[in-house]
Amino acid sequence: MDVEILSRIQFAFTVAFHYIYPPLSIGLGLLMVIFEGLFLKTGNKQYETLARFWTKIFALTFGIGVATGIVMEFEFGTNWATYSRYVGDVFGSALAAEGIFAFALESGFLGVLLFGWNRVKPIVHFIATVGVFLGSLFSAVWIVVANSWQQTPAGYHIVGEGLNARAEITDFWAMVFNPSSVDRLLHVWVGAFLAGAFLVLSVHAFYLLKGKHVEISKKAFGIALITAMLFSISQLFLGHDSAMGVAENQPAKLAALEGHFSEEGPADMYLFGWVDKESQTVTGLGVPGGLSFLLHGDFTEPVQGLESFPESDRPSQVNAIFQFYHLMVAIGMALIALSILGVYYLWKGSLFQKKWLLWIFVFAVILPQMANQFGWFAAEMGRQPWVVYGLLRTSDALSRAVTAGQVLTSLIMFFLIYSILFLLFIYLLHKKIKHGPYYKPMIDERNLQRNISSSFLSKPK
Amino acid sequence: METFLGIDYPTWWFIVIGGLFTGYAILDGFDFGAGAWHLFFRKEGSRRIALNAVGPVWDGNEVWLVIGGGALFAGFPVVYASLFSALYLPFMLFLFFLILRAISIEFRSKEPMLWWRKSWDRTYCISSVMLAFLLGVVLGNVLKGLPLDEEGVIHISLLEVLNPFALLVGATTVALFMMHGGIYLLMKTEGKLFDRIGQLTKRALIGFVVLFSVVTLYTLIYIPHLSDRFKESPVLFLVPLLGVLSIANIPRLLSKSNYFGSFIFSALSIAFFLIVIALELYPVILWSSLSHDFNMTIYDAASSTRTLRIMMGFVAIGAPLVAAYTFFVYRTFRGKVRLDETSY
Ligand code: HDD
Ligand code: HEM
Ligand code: HEM
Repeated sequence: MDVEILSRIQFAFTVAFHYIYPPLSIGLGLLMVIFEGLFLKTGNKQYETLARFWTKIFALTFGIGVATGIVMEFEFGTNWATYSRYVGDVFGSALAAEGIFAFALESGFLGVLLFGWNRVKPIVHFIATVGVFLGSLFSAVWIVVANSWQQTPAGYHIVGEGLNARAEITDFWAMVFNPSSVDRLLHVWVGAFLAGAFLVLSVHAFYLLKGKHVEISKKAFGIALITAMLFSISQLFLGHDSAMGVAENQPAKLAALEGHFSEEGPADMYLFGWVDKESQTVTGLGVPGGLSFLLHGDFTEPVQGLESFPESDRPSQVNAIFQFYHLMVAIGMALIALSILGVYYLWKGSLFQKKWLLWIFVFAVILPQMANQFGWFAAEMGRQPWVVYGLLRTSDALSRAVTAGQVLTSLIMFFLIYSILFLLFIYLLHKKIKHGPYYKPMIDERNLQRNISSSFLSKPK
Repeated sequence: METFLGIDYPTWWFIVIGGLFTGYAILDGFDFGAGAWHLFFRKEGSRRIALNAVGPVWDGNEVWLVIGGGALFAGFPVVYASLFSALYLPFMLFLFFLILRAISIEFRSKEPMLWWRKSWDRTYCISSVMLAFLLGVVLGNVLKGLPLDEEGVIHISLLEVLNPFALLVGATTVALFMMHGGIYLLMKTEGKLFDRIGQLTKRALIGFVVLFSVVTLYTLIYIPHLSDRFKESPVLFLVPLLGVLSIANIPRLLSKSNYFGSFIFSALSIAFFLIVIALELYPVILWSSLSHDFNMTIYDAASSTRTLRIMMGFVAIGAPLVAAYTFFVYRTFRGKVRLDETSY
């Protein structure tokens, strides 16, 4: 295998692994803010217990997110040197902004969030929780902006030629608000909220089925269920916006998403199907002309197909892109159905007797995770053969100093260490869930530490 | 070239990156140092106290690396690309040990079994030492110069990366961080453990002074281009002198039980030594060992002035924020370590 394939595998593997954890951290962050906010508002200790319990699980996802995220940052330089030189001006500033504004905020407050329960006043602790949550939202902002710029470059010009060509920013805000960044950011955020909400649903459904921590689990389940319903419905509309954006800015990608080949002619929309690249056909169940209708409100309006692009400018893995995209959409529909059903029974008051439904929720935790991964795979593979859409090809983006042997070594190393990491994650998650949420008052250490909030919130007495 | 306060933007950005990496060396430096001592503590209780001394802060410290990396990417993309791809395996190893360190801190105390804790203790200690060492090795190579060709690509084998000079700088870095981390632990511990750390720190200090002298001699003899600037303007010798004085001040303060003061001076000494390196290099950022014509200066490597200006804005807004969070966290967790249910 050559350096290009190995580097692509390594990048995809490490970023996909990384992306298991950030969505959980962002989503759990939202629920922790809700639980702790409710505690402050109502004074009900159950909410505090919930906030503390989920903070512990958050610590786990966050820790692995950090450990694997740093790899991502340096991999651009190690494996994609030409790419880094090309986009440094644009992309580097987004990454630097992420570090300064987002990670520093997150990590700064994290210490207080995890270890500060008995060292600061409840309100200061709540501020730290909100700080960590906002930090995680910001980190998604900058990284998605950087990636969106790769998908739909804007606000730049090219200087230099050949190997020395590079993009330079001409308009910072046009770079930040490039045509796809807002749509994609909202879609990514909501995907993360769903990942968090469904983890909470899964764990508390399990407690309810086992008859453990019942009162507290009913509360948590209700809150997470409503969150899940609101966001799964929003996701449909946000996804639709993204698709409209893709149709406009990346027509070759859209054609791949729906497996639409013919140059001119109406495009179908499939529920599911199988793409045969050789015969350029899709076998499956779908609405003839459906995509044309969605884009133009007319079943016969032609849509640009893959045939209208030269072979060298099309993504090659059309079937894989099609499958990832359709699985994501199918999961999106399933999440909507599931959460509406749940809310309906909650409203009727019989939800917690419906054992079968609770069991479905126990396992549904995997669905948003899959949709998040599939979504990225569809978006990133659909961008091929370009690293920067229309400007720089993936095969030109490599590091010239790196050999296949080196990449293979690091790939094996990542594979080993990430396998251990994943096993540890599952093991400790299981352990924390078994341990469960419980309330135990802690020794107040505020006077020992001299109440630090006094120096921030009020004048020293 | 556009300037701000009379200094051009690439130079400003060189200063910013220097500041970020200095901040990283000072902050994660004491984490690495504390980690390197870990196996010297025999009792479970001592190990937990030492671990919890860095527990609430190591993650925030690591963010300096993230910001520094991003800043290098943004400001000098060419350096980021050339250097990182050239030193592929050392950087991969660095990432590898960073992950191991993070998870050993995270997971060590999650299970009571002896074998579990012992394995993570070893992992934690070894990865802390290796991280300090690898930072030194990279620094050594940057100082010595790399085979940078006219296209800005560096072809170098692992064996060449591990040259004697780089290994020496690596060992010196380990000693420096062990001294620095030891002093940090002195602020955080009490009783028997405290006494033990006091003895160990003194040994690290001596080790550092010896190694540092060797590195200095080696540099003067074999890498003359590094001292050119100092020979031209001898006033600059003040900076390394301040570094040496800061080191000399540490034993004095330690004997007066002024641990915070010692920590400040050991941080200052790290800062002074890195300033010396910046002065040796500037305006070159990567020395070419093939020909000085291929040297990469900050002007060759910099992003557009517009980008640099935007990012100076980020720094102006971000730096006070980062300083404020850092202050807040260290204040919350100041004083001697006390273990409770949330500890590692
Ligand atoms: C949707 C959001 C999102 C996406 C698409 C990515 N990340 Fe991430 N990343 C996060 C959201 C996030 C996070 C939730 O904010 C994390 C998890 C833990 C943390 O500290 O922040 C994080 C951690 C994290 C860290 C460690 C920060 C620290 O030490 O605190 C780095 C360096 C990166 N990421 C870099 C990347 C890169 C280079 C990515 C692209 C390939 C990437 N992340 C994709
Ligand atoms: C975090 C979720 C992400 C996932 C799961 C993901 C997935 C992938 C996959 C599967 C590939 C390989 C594509 C192929 O080789 O066919 C890839 C490549 C790549 N992605 Fe992403 N990606 C993610 C986020 C990002 C972000 C946020 C960025 C940039 C900021 C990014 C930049 C790149 C680059 C530079 C490559 C390598 C070159 C290429 O093959 O295009 N990715 N990613
Ligand atoms: C419900 C119907 C959905 C539709 C119509 C939809 C549509 C899309 C489209 C068109 C893209 C590609 C955007 C691009 O390439 O620029 C995309 C990407 C993505 N989707 Fe979805 N999506 C849906 C549901 C979901 C769900 C439920 C999740 C997760 C829980 C999810 C997570 C993602 C992610 C993480 C990406 C990659 C980031 C991005 O490019 O925005 N999607 N989606």
